[in-house]
Amino acid sequence: MSRYAMVIDTRRCVGCMDCVVACKTENDVPEGYCRDWIAETVHGEFPTLQMEIRSERCNHCAEPPCVDCCPTGASHVHERGGVVLVTRDKCIGCKACLAACPYDARFIHPEGYADKCTFCIHRVEQGLAPACVSVCPTHCMHFGDLDDPQSEVSRLLASRANHTLLPEAGTRPHVFYLT
Amino acid sequence: MPDLSRRRFLRISAASVLAAGLAGRATSAFAGWSEGSAAAKGGVRTVPTFCDICFWKCGAIAHVRDGKLWKIEGNPEDPLSRGRLCPRGTGGVGAHSDPDRLRTPLIRVSERGQDKWKSVTWEEALEYLASRMAKIKADYGPESMALFSHGIGGTFLRHLMKAYGTPNIAAPSFAQCRGPRDVGFRLTFGDDIGSPERTDIANTECLVLIGSHLGENMHNTQVQEFAEAVGRGATIIVADPRFSVAASKAKHYLPIKPGTDLALLLAWMQVIVTEKLYDADYVAKYGFGFDAFAASLTGYTPEWAFTETGIDPETIRTTAREMAKHRPATLVHPGRHTNWYGDDTQRSRAVALLNALLGSWGRKGGFYQPSSMDVPAYPCPDYPKPARPKLDNPGKRYPFAHEGLTTGIREATITGKPYPIKGWMVYATNLISALPNEAETIRAIQALDLLVVVDVAPSEIAGWADVVLPESVYLERYDELNPELFRDPFIALRQPVVDAPDDQKPNWWIAKRLAEKLGLDTYFPWSNIESYLDTRLKGAGYSLAELKRRGIVRGPRQPLYFEDGASAEFETPSRKIEFYSTQLEKAGFDPVPRYTPPEGGPAGSFRLLFGRAPMHTFGRTQTNRLLSDLMDENAVWLNATAALRLGLKTGDYVRLKNQDGAVSERVQVKATQRIRPDCVYLVHGFGHTAKGLRRAYRKGASDSGLITRYKTDPLMGGTGMNVNFVTLEPVEGA
Repeated sequence: MSRYAMVIDTRRCVGCMDCVVACKTENDVPEGYCRDWIAETVHGEFPTLQMEIRSERCNHCAEPPCVDCCPTGASHVHERGGVVLVTRDKCIGCKACLAACPYDARFIHPEGYADKCTFCIHRVEQGLAPACVSVCPTHCMHFGDLDDPQSEVSRLLASRANHTLLPEAGTRPHVFYLT
Repeated sequence: MPDLSRRRFLRISAASVLAAGLAGRATSAFAGWSEGSAAAKGGVRTVPTFCDICFWKCGAIAHVRDGKLWKIEGNPEDPLSRGRLCPRGTGGVGAHSDPDRLRTPLIRVSERGQDKWKSVTWEEALEYLASRMAKIKADYGPESMALFSHGIGGTFLRHLMKAYGTPNIAAPSFAQCRGPRDVGFRLTFGDDIGSPERTDIANTECLVLIGSHLGENMHNTQVQEFAEAVGRGATIIVADPRFSVAASKAKHYLPIKPGTDLALLLAWMQVIVTEKLYDADYVAKYGFGFDAFAASLTGYTPEWAFTETGIDPETIRTTAREMAKHRPATLVHPGRHTNWYGDDTQRSRAVALLNALLGSWGRKGGFYQPSSMDVPAYPCPDYPKPARPKLDNPGKRYPFAHEGLTTGIREATITGKPYPIKGWMVYATNLISALPNEAETIRAIQALDLLVVVDVAPSEIAGWADVVLPESVYLERYDELNPELFRDPFIALRQPVVDAPDDQKPNWWIAKRLAEKLGLDTYFPWSNIESYLDTRLKGAGYSLAELKRRGIVRGPRQPLYFEDGASAEFETPSRKIEFYSTQLEKAGFDPVPRYTPPEGGPAGSFRLLFGRAPMHTFGRTQTNRLLSDLMDENAVWLNATAALRLGLKTGDYVRLKNQDGAVSERVQVKATQRIRPDCVYLVHGFGHTAKGLRRAYRKGASDSGLITRYKTDPLMGGTGMNVNFVTLEPVEGA
């Protein structure tokens, strides 16, 4: 088995959004939409501040509420790597998944189906990293298999402090942030 | 007077058509990028080229799927991109498909500025333009035409205008951008910082950024190296009135009061000299005038600097010691946009001197020695010698300006002195927002007989033009070769990936056709651009066919540091690193930097600061749909406590009003802890007022429109622009 995951180093990330624009061209994401985005969290008072910059997207959760709530089976867990995908022609655009997702990772594509990050499974199946990972000029993003203890992502998670988003939601995200 | 050496001249003209015998060595060795480029794979064709969304010129590989431009990736063989573009380069696809592009040549049919045009053929446009240029030449002399140009794309128009006979050529990149830095370093080390900068961030152990916001300022190689430096735990020290992205990565963030950077630099040097932390061997070996310099620092204690900068004395001492601890691998970054307060050359000189104390010039982790590959010029006749000297800097009023002054040409255009300027050709630079004080620019334009704009978009300056010539974007054209002066020398080719969508033409074609109509064809002896490029490349031991396939060829790295044999020559009058500048003294300026406090603004106002966002280049990318999707308007950054006092919150719309009554378009407030309470901040390039820029029209506020005042640097004529103050006026019903 494999469990694909993304590990993002928030210390290196500068929030340039190259990941966002690369996703848009790679996946023909229509104008006005994006499948990934940048979030900034600032703590403290000027001038004693801490800021974390994160490239965010669908977390490809191990317990994906979007899959559980889908009435047609369009939202599903792919056999390879546990990637959460949407089968476009099964999707009726009911938006149940948009409401269920605690990360606001989905949108309704102008053609009527729920759309979101696919971990660029079409690239991964060709042995390529997802577009966002492969373009990042700061090399802050890593992709690999959590079930392989020797993978870069496994080694990074074993050696560096990290967190996921909204762990209290119980979704068990597969996108991790190194701090 | 400035000591302008032949060697240096050749280096800075590395990208020009007639640059002969560039610094660096010819070679035919290259590392191969062997995966067949320009080859079809699964309906996808790839073409190597280099980017033009900014001036960094990263190597790129464009992917065309089913005949349509699909995506652009970095060329792994290119040492600038190292296989990874920045968001603008990745988003270059949107430059090609931008629906707001200029489509056909235009001739104005009403008063200037009224935006009424007729579409004409190229033949008609160029015939008309040539007749107007010929008339200016006949009536006033060729020197009465000026060219403003930005970037490598302007190469052939610069060549044309020199052949036409004018010496009046300038770019905002000097007097509005990097000029003070270049002059400050040249006065000290006798050499240039260059572009790309010769900063060895890749190997630095301590990086000091003074206002430089790497990460927001997305100069690709520097940002990549910056992220590496952060990743490997290098010490980062950031002085900035704003808690920038770089500040968030810093071990020491110094929230400096705007305009007082020189005080901080002097205090740092005072600590390093007083505590004898400097590189004494280096200073003894390479330095000139150290004792007089050291004596000049006496009063600049950290306690003194505290009252100016607001940085506590212990932090000043700690950071100075930290810099010394890591020397010579400490890099005090020279910055790029450095026209801030009018004392900018002296501030840049202080940056240079601090680096000299740390022994970082010519050392690993400091500043390396760049090199380039020799690409012989295409043989051309000599340019005619202008009958009158260039007029941007009459009487060498600014004795250390070593490039043309845009604002000097503007002033001469208004006054008609020392002789009239009657025509402007403007290439790829929106002078309305690139130059401070828009009203002066418009006054100059109104004194012209001819304004021709060559550009890709209907920008504000195009709106004032008599003739507008639509250029194809970089993905649709050849350009001059780029034999880059860099850590790893290389030659790069820009080549067409896809066809221009309408009647846009490349710069080389426009220049050659116009030359023919002006009777200057002897200066364009090549039959077409391919033969021009092939001739130059064959002279360097390559061919156009090879470059078309590979995009880039690389030469061997030359010695980078003094310790491995890089030249330790300094082209200053003393042939040493000038701690004390006799050149400055002779010209009547401070031979060592001396601090003068900045002038404040009206009570209750905020100093207006501006900077960059990573997904935009100047005001040139706001109609690119891919990039405007990432950021389509700017916000005014306002300290959260100040916002509370003013009753403003994030998302409220305000207008900014400056000390002279200039008012901005409406702009959202970003109430944030990330800025001092005495200043506000805008990302430059928004608040467009040209209707043709449909996606960008009236979105956000233009800092340029609020820069009615500027303070001129007496050494080199740069225009310090951070000297304007604004208040925030709520927008009713917004």
